[in-house]
Amino acid sequence: MMTSQKPSLELNSDAVTNILVVGIGGQGVMTAADVLSQAALALGYDVKKTEVAGMAQRGGVVTSHVRFGKQVLSPAIRPGDADMMIAFEPAEALRWHTHMKSGAVVMVNDYPLIPPVVSIGLYDYPDNPLGQLADGSVELHHFNAGEAAIELGDRRLVNSIMLGAIADHLPFSPEILEQALLARFQRKGEALTELNRRAFTLGRQAFNQVDSLATA
Amino acid sequence: MNAPQPVQQDQRQFISGNEAVAQAARDAGCSVASAYPGTPSTEILEFIAAYPEIYTEWSINEKVSLEVAIGASLAGSRALCAMKHVGVNVASDALMTQTLIGAVGGLVLVVADDVGLSSSQNEQDSRYWGRFAHLPVLEPADAQEAYEMTRLAFGLSEQYDVPVMVRLTTRICHVKGVVVCSQPDIYQHKNFTKDPARYVMVPGNAKKRIPLMMERDQQLSQVSEEHPLNRIESGSDTEIGFVTSGAAYFHVKETYPDAPVFKLGLSHPAPIEAIRDFAASVNRLVVVEEVEPLLETELRAAGISLYGKDILPRIGELSPQVLTPCIDKLLGKNSDEKLISTAELFPRPPTLCVACPHLGIYYCLSHIKNTIIAGDIGCYTLGAGHPWNALDTTISMGASLSVAQGIDKGRSEADQNKNVLAVIGDSTFMHMGMQGLLDITYNKGNVTVLLLDNRAVGMTGGQNAPSSGLNIHGEATLQVDFRKLCEALGVKPERIHEVNPYELPTLFKALREEVKIKEPSVIITNQPCVLTERYSKLPPLKVDEDRCTGCSNCLDVGCPAILVSRKETVIKPNGREKELSFVNIDTAACTGCNLCTNTCAPDAIVPAFNVGNINAVEVK
Repeated sequence: MMTSQKPSLELNSDAVTNILVVGIGGQGVMTAADVLSQAALALGYDVKKTEVAGMAQRGGVVTSHVRFGKQVLSPAIRPGDADMMIAFEPAEALRWHTHMKSGAVVMVNDYPLIPPVVSIGLYDYPDNPLGQLADGSVELHHFNAGEAAIELGDRRLVNSIMLGAIADHLPFSPEILEQALLARFQRKGEALTELNRRAFTLGRQAFNQVDSLATA
Repeated sequence: MNAPQPVQQDQRQFISGNEAVAQAARDAGCSVASAYPGTPSTEILEFIAAYPEIYTEWSINEKVSLEVAIGASLAGSRALCAMKHVGVNVASDALMTQTLIGAVGGLVLVVADDVGLSSSQNEQDSRYWGRFAHLPVLEPADAQEAYEMTRLAFGLSEQYDVPVMVRLTTRICHVKGVVVCSQPDIYQHKNFTKDPARYVMVPGNAKKRIPLMMERDQQLSQVSEEHPLNRIESGSDTEIGFVTSGAAYFHVKETYPDAPVFKLGLSHPAPIEAIRDFAASVNRLVVVEEVEPLLETELRAAGISLYGKDILPRIGELSPQVLTPCIDKLLGKNSDEKLISTAELFPRPPTLCVACPHLGIYYCLSHIKNTIIAGDIGCYTLGAGHPWNALDTTISMGASLSVAQGIDKGRSEADQNKNVLAVIGDSTFMHMGMQGLLDITYNKGNVTVLLLDNRAVGMTGGQNAPSSGLNIHGEATLQVDFRKLCEALGVKPERIHEVNPYELPTLFKALREEVKIKEPSVIITNQPCVLTERYSKLPPLKVDEDRCTGCSNCLDVGCPAILVSRKETVIKPNGREKELSFVNIDTAACTGCNLCTNTCAPDAIVPAFNVGNINAVEVK
């Protein structure tokens, strides 16, 4: 059992915080990255967000880089510089893990999504992506956010759950992130806002219950 | 133009470069904006369309789009035209002459280069157009600069009587950053004034305009030498001084925070003398420009010694991870940092959507023998990939028809029995395909044309086009009648078929008939893009696993909702091995188009829920 550690990053330091959000087109990767950015913006940070998303709506790899701090220059996170990763899919976490700093927090939705090229046998899906990530270089957390979202009634809730799961690792309070998330649903009605609030809370709770496979 | 005044701190917005350009157009008093959709520029017009004070249109192609903006400028409006890099090739006929005319209302051409080819057929460097067409080129490095430089471009255009190019790249268009807008301009709309000596570019008039253009080049060179957008940022480590522009500027600053940097904002005409002075203040000069060595060539020609594409790559982005090993090598350092972008894993190639109306077309094309299929630009370019492998060429917008015509006319004796086809979408057909069809009918070609009408520009996100019957705001307008249009372009009425692409037998019949007939024919599909509101979902399907025989016919459809659940190798009576693929359907993704049921002999694909259940869900 892993306890919630406060991250070493501090408000108002000169350091830039680098967060990678990775997954597949349609999972809400870009929305999650937007929410993180809005939270950082509300705190007065300089923020840049960039995507590598060739054909986002069509099942391709989507990777969003969120950087915030006093001043952010290049929008892209260099390999080895990411402080955190939110991965919406285990193989995608593995794909980007060379971007992580030693000891970085990696939060993974361990619900795999198998693309047609794998299902028909052209390529192999890695046998144990989480095992490969648990090489001691990062602080790995994982849980089945996909199933949790389906239980809540909509698989699109994965991004609110994942944001909840990372909320206690950020260099600002989880409430700031929750506000930024819920602000997106203000115009869409109370029911949807409430559903996403539940999803966010569920993510926070899930984080506090999951086992860590490895810590630095 | 008045200097923009900063507004309050709480007005910080978090927006993309594309949205920043749109806000700049609004704040500059722009009143006409036009574009043809194209990644990464598409959102510029979508954002501008939200401002009721600006007339916006999806034009049918980039040349038309630029000409609309030109007309608006001549009528006294401030006008903006946005396009992706390859769009300028189409628009260049107008551009190359408009530069002689100049601009009345500020005329701004925003061009988005797809550095790294995230969604394009080439990686051309639009800064060439600045040199070719004698235009000033502004290169923002982030969203805030995209806002400021687009504002500035309108004033520059009017002051120097010239169309101005704002050159963006994917890393500017789609990167969100903090943007603070400034006080809007109050633009005094001018009137149209007859001036044929200036606006009618016959040889006699044009000849007189060329010296004026040359004089303008001189003036702009001088402006560039002193312009605040071109600035030196001093640094403590003078071993290397960098000259850079656009997205590469921030990559350089990130990687070499202590190095002196010459930052170019007005990058053409280049401030050669200012850079010469800068070069004298550093040990080595390195020019960091993405794609082509344009600035480098000009600086070398001016006798400035430097490093450029001799040490840096000529393709793709010059991100920190690309710069570091190149510069380390120059300094004689060993790059001990091993920069690996991503782990070696299976790819996730883009696919056609679940229930895409193009799936049936490619299923048929992949089952017809003896074909040469010329493709075009759009979602349906994906038909070149797995499992269909049903396209033989893709070059440029509209090229399917004209290239097919050339293949027909240029084919060898051995290829005479081949069926030559062209595949093109509705929007691409209107963009530049209609001319190719007229060429085929006029010159008696033998091409079977598949016109995939999904009522939208699918690849860029389902924008409206004349095939939609809706304008950029979603308001009702003309809906083009493709049957009549093709008839008017000379295709015989009996050679035009309108088919439902989800009905495989009808589609096969039409295709088999038309490829046999030695004259032009057009098969038009009539179902909407599944990403648009026009598409309505049907109850999903599932696979009855007891009935599935593992024949894998349905996998040839290429629908991403059909997945292999289990493979088995069996020995056939003739002794050969056969691999069977048993499937299931991702019911949550399936929208019940029923295309795959056409391919399933044992009828193993069945409704996922019985009718009673579906009703129950709907009532709830």
